[in-house]
Amino acid sequence: MSAAQSAPSLRPTALTFQELLFRLQSFWAERGCILQQPFDVEVGAGTMAPETFLRVQGPKPYRVGYAQPSRRPADGRYGENPNRLFRHTQFQLILKPPPVNVQELYLQSLEAIGIDLKQHDLKFEEDNWEGPTVGAWGVGWQVMMDGMEITQFTYFQQCGGLDLDPICAELTYGLERLAAFLQDVDSVYDVVWARDPETGAVVTYGDVRLEEELQYSVYNFEDADVPKLWEHFNLYEAEAQELLVRVNALLTDDKASPKAKKRFPLMSTYELALKCSNLFNLLDARGAISVTERVGMIARIRNLAVGVAKAYAAQQLLASSS
Amino acid sequence: MADFLLEIGLDEIPARMIAGAEAELGKRVHDLLTRERLLGPAGKLTTYSTPRRLAVVVEDVLASQADTEEQLTGPSWKVAFKDGAPTAAAEAFAKKAGVAVSALANVTTPKGEYVGATVKRAGRAAAELLAGELPKEVLAIYWAKNMYWRAGKPERFVRPVRWLVALLDSNVVPLEIAGIQAGNVSRGHRILHGEQPVLLASPKDYKEALRKAFVVVDVAERRQSIRKALDAVTRTVPGARWREDEPLIETVVHLTEWPTVILGDFEAEYLALPEEVLVTVMRDHQKYFAVEDAKGKLAPHFLAVMNIQVDADGEAIIRHGNARVLRARFKDARFFWDTDQKTPLADRVDSLKSVTFQKELGSYAWKSEQNLRVVLELAAAASAGGATFHEADLLKAVDLAKTDLTTELVKEFTELQGVIGGLYARAQGLGETAAQAIYDQYKPASTDDDIPSTAEGQLLGLADRIQTITAMFGIGNAPTGSKDPLALRRAANAIVSILAESGLPLKLSDVVKSGAPPDLEGTPESDLTIQISAFLRERLHFFLKDVRGFAYDVVNAVLAAGADDVRDTIARAEALTEARASADFAAISAAFKRIKNILRQAEEKGLAVQVATGAVLNPQAQALADAAASLQPEVALRRQERAYGEALALIATLRPVVDAFFDKVMVLDPDEKVRGANLALIDEVLRGFSGIADFSEIVTL
Repeated sequence: MSAAQSAPSLRPTALTFQELLFRLQSFWAERGCILQQPFDVEVGAGTMAPETFLRVQGPKPYRVGYAQPSRRPADGRYGENPNRLFRHTQFQLILKPPPVNVQELYLQSLEAIGIDLKQHDLKFEEDNWEGPTVGAWGVGWQVMMDGMEITQFTYFQQCGGLDLDPICAELTYGLERLAAFLQDVDSVYDVVWARDPETGAVVTYGDVRLEEELQYSVYNFEDADVPKLWEHFNLYEAEAQELLVRVNALLTDDKASPKAKKRFPLMSTYELALKCSNLFNLLDARGAISVTERVGMIARIRNLAVGVAKAYAAQQLLASSS
Repeated sequence: MADFLLEIGLDEIPARMIAGAEAELGKRVHDLLTRERLLGPAGKLTTYSTPRRLAVVVEDVLASQADTEEQLTGPSWKVAFKDGAPTAAAEAFAKKAGVAVSALANVTTPKGEYVGATVKRAGRAAAELLAGELPKEVLAIYWAKNMYWRAGKPERFVRPVRWLVALLDSNVVPLEIAGIQAGNVSRGHRILHGEQPVLLASPKDYKEALRKAFVVVDVAERRQSIRKALDAVTRTVPGARWREDEPLIETVVHLTEWPTVILGDFEAEYLALPEEVLVTVMRDHQKYFAVEDAKGKLAPHFLAVMNIQVDADGEAIIRHGNARVLRARFKDARFFWDTDQKTPLADRVDSLKSVTFQKELGSYAWKSEQNLRVVLELAAAASAGGATFHEADLLKAVDLAKTDLTTELVKEFTELQGVIGGLYARAQGLGETAAQAIYDQYKPASTDDDIPSTAEGQLLGLADRIQTITAMFGIGNAPTGSKDPLALRRAANAIVSILAESGLPLKLSDVVKSGAPPDLEGTPESDLTIQISAFLRERLHFFLKDVRGFAYDVVNAVLAAGADDVRDTIARAEALTEARASADFAAISAAFKRIKNILRQAEEKGLAVQVATGAVLNPQAQALADAAASLQPEVALRRQERAYGEALALIATLRPVVDAFFDKVMVLDPDEKVRGANLALIDEVLRGFSGIADFSEIVTL
């Protein structure tokens, strides 16, 4: 027996990268989820997009799914590593509150993308997620299929430093690794992104993204101007802080009109915090942050995120009471 | 009499928490049934668990509590009945006891006649009682990490409760936990059985009904079947064996409901990577068992424990998938290994400045400098005691010990720090001695791990730990109670283990002294060193008692006679453990305890302990004095030779004279001179023979 011995091929019926996303979207849309488009500010994970970060706050039920390109500058490998990417795509799902059969629904979603569960080994292994920059944590699992993590499944307990009630289930499918698994390829760049139905011609993940991985790696590791990154960071942070000071004064001002409170741009404030988070990741990739500074930087970003979350919760309460 | 079943169905419970919770559930149910008098004479409790359920089956549960009768005594008859008619007092008592006035009886006691009432209490039905009490017990189970899931956050548990089965024979016990009503419907294996309900007719059927639904609920059975399957699958490779790994067995036992095993392969080229890396990837990251050939060398195979049963096609798919993941991880590891070689350890010393050791203290560059200072002191002390080692290699090892923290491989596999450094040092030709010392520096990782194999490694291990302990105590980070986030106790345990098991001629005080920062030099009795000495002594106590298993009184006795030389302390404890079994020795121990008490009384009363001129000892006292005087040099000689067993046997021969002494002599004689001489004598005996152990600590029956 040799390792090169191939399994019954999964290829002929395997979904392309884009079909995988379609199927997941339609599966969850059929189960009452709103489909959102990717958020248009740099984030490190789907959790940080406002569709998760802000929507999980407060009592209002919500179900949403979206593909989120997620940037992790330090994970870039110039396109040379078959499994590591600067930017990968998460299919992010928020179910608030989680239905009692959330795990069964999740398993059905795997069947919907062509996985015959009777022919695979599936395990839910403890993995508690924590996002220190956004003051969020939850308990849950990494879902393992034949030894590979295909989904992060979290029962969110806290976000933006605030306890959630109701809690929500967050399902994060790593689309690249899932596609590589389905198509049985060793390199993510060999994943078929799209196949022309008429000619059968394929466009691979590498065709679409390899150049991007290379150029961003060069920038992230070599060219990003460290002093300017710091400058950007400080500017974004200062503006966010200023807005937070204003909103806190406004929200506690009894004489201020409800209208003034409701129109305060907290969503934009949150974007500024996200900018800081991405700049922090860039500085980190450039090796510009010492281990000692790291903790302090994370705290600065968390302060902004927690500040937004608190004010947002108060603003929502106002909106629901009027 | 009935059988009882409780099954709590959950989303997958973390594997590490299941065994503890299963045991706790069993204990809580047992205690509840006992407390409520519901456990029959043949009562037998069995617990089960899988990732999705905790269950307990009890045979012989009583259908209800036995009725009880209680006799209450009330006011005196005269007060309660006037002329045969009940008074207000009688009525009040009858009301309180819950009986009619006409049911009150006249009870004659030695103190006179009183009103009595017999109160009958009907036993409560088991079903009603369990429905009321069990939910509280279940929700009180301890979990290392809890969660909320229902709106309004009414309860916390490890994972959401999804179903409940509670049966007394075939009847459902109407209990509710976290909004879930108990029934007689369980669930089977997620995939192999699917979502159709598993009906349970009675508690007796539990195990077999679940087996039909592809769930083995008995943990021991799963463990055994996994072991058997590992054996069977490994046999398909001639001469191969799977590597025993008990913690991994426990993990996979708690990750599966229907375990099967698959053997996969990886390319032999990866065997060029160090075994430590390969095994860590397989065991820690993939939960695979490693396979070795007949010579014990790693073979290019792995064993994965699955939670499914599939046909040959399915096996091929799953084997292929697992191999694919493993290959990618090995490829990564090899990439890191190759990248790391481009910057040898020697060129990484500078970059330690940007790796924080401890925020208030400094970087790992600082830590390495400190370790160097400490190791020089230790090396000097060890040399003075006659130890031999290569000082240049030792210093090289200290200098490079922490540099692997900057390597990609250690960033990926943090659990391999030290090991990676050692492997790199070897690959980079830095010499076997330095390489081995670096490799072993974090050993022993636990009390049952081996100590570093060379003197250089032992010295590095001692220096690194005492430096950390001293520095942390210095900034007020000593462990308190159950809080020891920096694992300083483990570090101190390692120091004790190294001193106990190595041949280094070092004492605890040498180690403490070496760790003391330079500004404390010349002040050996500083608060810091006193604190650390006490801390290490406490760890020595733990080591003797909990690691080596000596009786607590033996430990106290030998520590009272000196705790600086760890190996000597162990030798004394061994001799004392053996000696205490003899009747003579037990008598001596009792006598020493008596001596100590008398001396304490004397001190409290301010009595003189001295031989005044002209004092005369009575014959038995003189005999003791003579025997002690002639024995003392003999014992001292044996003690010096560390022949503690012989020394203790000699001391035991004192028994007849000691017995005679206490039989005939009143130590606290009214005559001041006699008393002083007696006290001086027993004081001398106590001092003279307590060098091996303080026998008065020995508990005698």
